[in-house]
Amino acid sequence: MEISRLGIFEIKNLLLKREVSCTELVRAYIERAKRLNPVLNCFITISEESALIEAKKTDDLITKRRDNIRPLEGLPVAIKDIFVTQNIRTTCGSKILENFIPPFDATIVRRLKDAGAIIFGKLNMDEFAMGSSNENSYFGPVRNPFDLSRSPGGSSGGSAAAVAAGLTPASIGTDTGGSIRQPAAFCGIIGMKPSYGRVSRYGMIAFASSLDQAGPMCRSVRDCAILLESIAGNDPKDSTTMSTPVPRYTDWTVGDPSEIRVGILRPEVYEGINPEVFLAYRGVIEFFERSGVPVTYIELPHIKYAVAVYYIIATSEASSNLARYDGVKYGLRAKEYKNLKDMYLKTRLEGFGSEVKRRIILGTFALSSGYYDAFFKKASQVRRLIANDFYRSFSKVNTIIMPVTPDVAFKLGEKISDPLSMYLSDIFTIPVNLAGLPSISMPAGKNKDGLPIGIQFIGKPFDEHVLINVAAFYEKESNCMDILNEVNL
Amino acid sequence: MNYEAIIGLEVHAQLKTRSKIFCGCPNRFGSNPNTNVCPVCLGMPGTLPVLNRFAVELAVRTALALNCFVHKESRFARKNYFYPDLPKGYQITQYDKPLATGGYLEIETGNGPKKIRIKRIHLEEDAGKDLHDISPEKSYIDYNRSGVPLVEIVTEPDISSPEEASKFLKTLRNVLMYLEVCDGNMEEGSLRCDANISVRKKGSNEWGTKTEIKNLNSFKFLERALTCEIERHIGILERNEKIEQQTMLYDPKENTTRPMRSKEESHDYRYFEEPDLLPLILTDEDILSFREDICELPHQKKKRYIEQFGISSYEADILVQDKQIADFFEDCILLLNEPKQIASWIINDYMRELNQRKISIKESPVTPHKLVAIIKQLRDNKITLNMAREIFVILFEEGGDVQEIINRKGFEIIDDTEEIIKSVREIISSHPEELAKYKKGNQNLIGFFMGELMRRMKGKIDPKKAREIVKSELDKA
Repeated sequence: MEISRLGIFEIKNLLLKREVSCTELVRAYIERAKRLNPVLNCFITISEESALIEAKKTDDLITKRRDNIRPLEGLPVAIKDIFVTQNIRTTCGSKILENFIPPFDATIVRRLKDAGAIIFGKLNMDEFAMGSSNENSYFGPVRNPFDLSRSPGGSSGGSAAAVAAGLTPASIGTDTGGSIRQPAAFCGIIGMKPSYGRVSRYGMIAFASSLDQAGPMCRSVRDCAILLESIAGNDPKDSTTMSTPVPRYTDWTVGDPSEIRVGILRPEVYEGINPEVFLAYRGVIEFFERSGVPVTYIELPHIKYAVAVYYIIATSEASSNLARYDGVKYGLRAKEYKNLKDMYLKTRLEGFGSEVKRRIILGTFALSSGYYDAFFKKASQVRRLIANDFYRSFSKVNTIIMPVTPDVAFKLGEKISDPLSMYLSDIFTIPVNLAGLPSISMPAGKNKDGLPIGIQFIGKPFDEHVLINVAAFYEKESNCMDILNEVNL
Repeated sequence: MNYEAIIGLEVHAQLKTRSKIFCGCPNRFGSNPNTNVCPVCLGMPGTLPVLNRFAVELAVRTALALNCFVHKESRFARKNYFYPDLPKGYQITQYDKPLATGGYLEIETGNGPKKIRIKRIHLEEDAGKDLHDISPEKSYIDYNRSGVPLVEIVTEPDISSPEEASKFLKTLRNVLMYLEVCDGNMEEGSLRCDANISVRKKGSNEWGTKTEIKNLNSFKFLERALTCEIERHIGILERNEKIEQQTMLYDPKENTTRPMRSKEESHDYRYFEEPDLLPLILTDEDILSFREDICELPHQKKKRYIEQFGISSYEADILVQDKQIADFFEDCILLLNEPKQIASWIINDYMRELNQRKISIKESPVTPHKLVAIIKQLRDNKITLNMAREIFVILFEEGGDVQEIINRKGFEIIDDTEEIIKSVREIISSHPEELAKYKKGNQNLIGFFMGELMRRMKGKIDPKKAREIVKSELDKA
């Protein structure tokens, strides 16, 4: 069975028409994942046994009574290994959790299961979601399906590459500073970071609590809508989720251009970015103009501080969030130690990779007595200014279009020894997290080497449906998703 | 002594909620280790806190009763430090925006009432408990206490002696128990106290260097530790040496204080706003409705008892020291309007029995109905005081019904004056020697005749009446 180009809707049809059984389907995905994992390294864990048990249940259900079929019935999905899964190992890409088997499911896992999905694997990622290349994973880097010598992006690198290579029809990633959108852009797929508070963070291992959001990564806007519809909404276990009703996102996939009002930054902002990326971005703007969509300039004067602000806030929160990995209760504990302090030091020294340690040290410093005001407090104030810039712009437009990254997928090893240049590659994704906005990343063509270039549509808080409308229109008129036909693995 | 002490207290009170502050686990003392735990209070990866609104209600009630200003918006913060009993590596507490500020609690001192100002009250979570005594080479941790809701109550440095500190803590404990926000059990750690202390020359305007004494978990230890620490400070000052700012622990065995950690080792807690919780917002309606739940407080009750029931300030003070006893007292008065008699019975007989048996009034078998039944019989001269006391003890030991005991024991008062006179005359005539001694002026012999009479009448007469009759008959004889 050829499954490598299937999305959620195609699979749904196959299952409902009983052209394929769920068991066959799940088996096919697991076989493909196993066959290609030595090449791509997308999966940290494949949970074959439990997935096949669930598949059997779906097959029974579909043959017995066809009236009560749930929205994702029998859909095999893999998720980033940052979401805790009951009885399935959850590593967060780290040695410190290498053998951690959680006793509970994350809310999004619960919701996916309740919608009928079958979770058959856990996807590779930068350790604790810290990184933009997937090279910070304890389980080794993931390779980009478009060019195996290149990074798939990060931190949701496994999630993006697995979707692009057809190892899973869709996946769920997380985005703290671009970790869904940047790998989606590098791998030619769609990735949405929802508004802060739209999707529950319960059971999603925290990196930076005020920035983290989970979102779908997939092959079509319709898939994005149906996945988001399944996972979004208030969760009593996460106080930061909002009770704002969840629209039927699938109703917004018509792609009506009359509702769209686009805002863009002046071209000077993009000086220094890869010219091919800029051209692709210009192409998208021109596409909307040709379609009769009003395009106006907006000002975001403070986004130039976004990277600095982000690396203070995110590292500060991370330094606190990662304190629980101390060898006392679960996860790795150093084998030999002299006393309690020695146990802490050795456990964390052995358990964390160098990027995680770097960020813990940065964050600990930024929160230290005497530095708090100059760093964390100031960063929080500038964060507010950045958000206000966006809110002001949204009085005139409902979609801001920006490139996702200043460049296309880089070579593995190219930036790993230069953290600053790695950090700067998140310059267009980070401001969105700081302001808590939704944003969807789409393919916008390719460079001369055939590498995908990404574009993002940014909306105001809880306007995911508006973005789905924009994305659906763009997808329909531009055939941008055809890029995935170039992956042949 | 030409020095004065300046003392401030930090009191932690566990709130009497059914579940923990950030998860649904039971808030219960004494369960098997690590049975009241879940992924949230164990700090498992991915878990998030959800605030228990009832804990907020109890904290607000406390703040209002202590005359504090309750802020409509307060915030939670993380206090970061590593310790095995702290599962997340940080404690969720309140820092720069606490729940309430600026109140006071009035205490009675030798020099009359004194207001101790309350600086702030905030909500936070308790940590787990290290168990070092199970194994010689290993430490164990019980996380049942992890996430139990606490209020921290911080005073201004208004306390000037160890006795005042202890008085404050007693008064505060009683208020918390009245409010039903805390069970006040210091042995189980429901109420814990740290003290900040500095000493300076009397009349000086400058503050001395302060030290903090941790974990003073009884009134006695609080007083003794402060006394030790004051002496230690004075000793240092007298030697013209410098007091080091440090955290001390009190050793009750040696009756001394010693440093727990010096300033160099002091923590930098790296406080920052807790991103997993929204600001805590209270509306005027919330605060108003919490205020309605505040019961009459001990000092208000005391005032009312004196005015309404005419009992002494001393008696009123004893009755209001324990809300259960005050409630019992009021229940009795509803049944029988004899407040002075009832107060006297409770304070003397009843509390003695409770203390001897080490039980609370709620556990006692003697209900207000039973106590009142005894007092009624006594008032109506149906039984003597001795009989009443005997009945009371029987009720405690065996239970039963007052009238039934009276019948069974044949308790009754012989009120027939003629019969008593007859008996007295017979006793006198059969004891001529004793009569002669009495006539010679030995007044003690009244006791002898009384005893004879009581034996003969089986104690069933009113002793006061009996004594009058014996005396007049002896004088006539």
